[in-house]
Amino acid sequence: MCGIVGIYLKTKKYEKHLGKFLSGMLDGMATRGPDSAGFAIYTKENKNIFKYSICLNELKEKDFKKKISKFIKKFKLINYADHVILETKEKPSKILNLLKKEISEVSLVGYGKSINIFKQTGNPKDVVKKFKLSSFSGTHGIGHTRMATESAITTQGSHPYSTSEDECLVHNGSLSNHNNVRRSLIKDGQNFNSENDTEVAAGYISNQISKGKDLEKTLKNSLKDLDGFYTFIAGTKDGFALLRDEIACKPAVVAETKDYVAVASEFQAMAHLPNVNSAKIFEPKPGVVYHW
Amino acid sequence: MNFDLNKKTLREVNQHLQNVDRKKNTRQFEILNPQGQHAICAGLKDDIDVTIKGHTGYYCAGMNQKATVTVHGNVGTGVAENMMSGKIIVKGNASQSAGATGHGGALIIEGDASSRCGISMKGIDIIVKGSVGHMSAFMAQKGNLVIMGDADADLGDSIYEAKIFVKGKVKSLGADCVEKKMDKKNIDELTKLFKNLGIKEDAKKFKRYGSSRNLYNFKIDNVGAY
Amino acid sequence: MKKDLKEFKTFPSSTIKEIQRAANEGIYQIRGLGAKRKVPDFDDLVFLGASMSRYPLEGYRETCNTSVILGDRFAKKPIKLDIPITIAGMSFGALGANAKEALGRGASAMGTSTTTGDGGMTQEERGSSKYLVYQLLPSRYGMNPDDLRKADAIEVVVGQGAKPGGGGMLLGQKINKRVAGMRTLPEGIDQRSACRHPDWTGPDDLEIKIQELREITNWEKPIYIKVGAARPYYDTTLAVKAGADVVVLDGMQGGTAATQDVFIEHVGIPTLGALREAVDALKELNMHRKVQLIVSGGIRTGADVAKAMAMGADAVSIGSAAMMALNCNADLYVEDYKKLGTEPGYCHHCHTGRCPVGVATQDPKLEKRLNPIEAGKRIKNYLTTLTLELQTLARANGKSDVRNLEPEDLAALTVEAAAMARVPLAGTDWIPGKK
Repeated sequence: MCGIVGIYLKTKKYEKHLGKFLSGMLDGMATRGPDSAGFAIYTKENKNIFKYSICLNELKEKDFKKKISKFIKKFKLINYADHVILETKEKPSKILNLLKKEISEVSLVGYGKSINIFKQTGNPKDVVKKFKLSSFSGTHGIGHTRMATESAITTQGSHPYSTSEDECLVHNGSLSNHNNVRRSLIKDGQNFNSENDTEVAAGYISNQISKGKDLEKTLKNSLKDLDGFYTFIAGTKDGFALLRDEIACKPAVVAETKDYVAVASEFQAMAHLPNVNSAKIFEPKPGVVYHW
Repeated sequence: MNFDLNKKTLREVNQHLQNVDRKKNTRQFEILNPQGQHAICAGLKDDIDVTIKGHTGYYCAGMNQKATVTVHGNVGTGVAENMMSGKIIVKGNASQSAGATGHGGALIIEGDASSRCGISMKGIDIIVKGSVGHMSAFMAQKGNLVIMGDADADLGDSIYEAKIFVKGKVKSLGADCVEKKMDKKNIDELTKLFKNLGIKEDAKKFKRYGSSRNLYNFKIDNVGAY
Repeated sequence: MKKDLKEFKTFPSSTIKEIQRAANEGIYQIRGLGAKRKVPDFDDLVFLGASMSRYPLEGYRETCNTSVILGDRFAKKPIKLDIPITIAGMSFGALGANAKEALGRGASAMGTSTTTGDGGMTQEERGSSKYLVYQLLPSRYGMNPDDLRKADAIEVVVGQGAKPGGGGMLLGQKINKRVAGMRTLPEGIDQRSACRHPDWTGPDDLEIKIQELREITNWEKPIYIKVGAARPYYDTTLAVKAGADVVVLDGMQGGTAATQDVFIEHVGIPTLGALREAVDALKELNMHRKVQLIVSGGIRTGADVAKAMAMGADAVSIGSAAMMALNCNADLYVEDYKKLGTEPGYCHHCHTGRCPVGVATQDPKLEKRLNPIEAGKRIKNYLTTLTLELQTLARANGKSDVRNLEPEDLAALTVEAAAMARVPLAGTDWIPGKK
């Protein structure tokens, strides 16, 4: 079980504070998800430049730099503890393949033109500090704190899960048919790195998107195809989408002001946001896809 | 007497309110900066008056006895859960399972309540001035759930002897819940309830819903409803 | 069995009769108690005892301590029990008032606890129990803060071994005026119960619920979380993370007052396998002995208690066995068993409310057959026997404290038990599945 958070800025007023806001929200969700944490923060797009969020695992940054230089000429590496953001014009089809085949010691956490995505095991308060979340500015972000239910506490088991370019997923709840769904997705060419149920939901979304379906339709379909209890937040380049299953036992609260829309599993994670006490506060209805 | 949850811990505040010195005669309390904390005013047992200024988290005023608690804001899951007596007023909206398993007293929600309002209620009276979410009054055993707005899907699913009164629209009724006659006796009872709680409403505008009692004894034909 | 006729192993006569009953009645069979079929259990393990390398303690002269402290992780007032055997949760409603009182008397005489059930706390039980654990169930029948504060511990019931995922069930014939009043139900109806808690789902929200319970009771009482044996490794881990002081694990052999036979026999894993997983989880979290583990589901003798403790449990709980000590399935009033269509030793008819020995009934005529004082003595005797047997076995393995029993004191008689308990097959050093 877990805590999920999301914040979307409607105006430019708080862009410099986005990281701080998201950081405070993850701190607030640390007790309900003490095992690991992760976040995706969306920053300004630089035309044609892709950002690849990579976890180096055991590899040192300089060794990674050496290895990657063999294959691509122009790139920039920004280092955050054991994660790096690789900025380059090289397209995903090349880089994803390259990483899988030639530098398989590292793990790709996500990629896109605006997304920066980090995740790791450890108490959320430490994870957030480690990746300097407070220093980020941006337009929107989603995050997750994890209390592992039926799979191991590993970085691969942490959320957010990347689903496609600039898109990722966080989840609070417990799916009940993920093993069967995983098997059929594997047959359809999808890869999985963990026993985690959320990874299956993310794989399901990736699979549908790769077939040309849009995110909103995919989420609507998931109500039929995925069984169990869930609140999903799916991050996109332009914002994020929110869905609760039709039984709706897992919590979600939304707070909206003229400057932002914030979502969290508990209100207290949003209590530090500016003007939240006078915000429009509501609970998303079950089975309805909300999109900001 | 004031408490600021930015300066005092929840334990200190709850402990004080659970052990009021009856000799001192202080009956009025105010709590500032709740900031969505959980279990604020849980387990109160004296007829004191507490005002909470702001939004609370889960289980606000849980298992309340005798106290009157007014929240100037929204409340999280399970407000007044298992309440025994007293009065809880929520000026904003309530989250799910409001008044869950409550045995007595009155819970008044001036905004909306989310899903499962009055779930398994056992004698509490719940008045919602706005609307309620799905599965409200699920397995409701005793008490009155009065809804001035609308009710979402599956109202009163598996209901026992609790009474539901709705002024607005009902999206759908749950298993074994049916519309019932709103006769003079029911109108008088609802009028009396409104009067006792100081609510100005016309009981005649409400429809009554309750159990059709088909699930009270296991019958093969009803197995699908279980 | 007729010698020259060949039975169907897949369709033995009991199965054929059940199929025909279903064809006649059109509904599942509801009954009480626990799984009747044979599953790997503690009988498949033996102790090694003492020999040239290990020396026994003298019985009666050399002490063998049996006390256990429960709930010292967070609670201000943990419970100290004199013996590591408690009485499991059984409702007033399922059992009669005399039965509940007898359990209280017997348990108190031995310095251990009883537990309320799905009906709430009765005055008799609180009065006769030295230590009373108060259950918080999905139904919340009779739940109130006064009883919460009168309890010595609070047990949040997520599920029970007989039906992990099922709610309480009590049929109309047992819902008399008093039971109905306590549960706020109309008399004589068949009680339907929820299978999930009304105001939380999942360990992340359970953590917040536990915080509320602690706030209401001034952080004094130990909080137990009870689970049926489904995924014990994860369930135990999550119970610890949700803030439990004690985990209560009920294996599939655990009993119930009434539920569908198909649920009892086909859901949940045996206590033997569940226990090992739960201990693994506690050890990996470095919480073994810090969060105590109570195990139930088919505990019958002091040998079962000793083996459970050797595998890492801090204590055990008895339900069906306690009922049997009260006379459940005893060779008395045999005619009344026959009227139910059964015989002593085969009876599972708790759900009918016509318990021939006055234990699982609300009928005053039948209840008279159980004298609470005399039955209380039987409970005391049974608990004493369990404790003496436990100590005998512990001493034979060289232990001055039953908590020092360890897995290495055991061997398995079957491959299944060896794999489930992770204990070598007797006479070999083979543990199936261990790399």
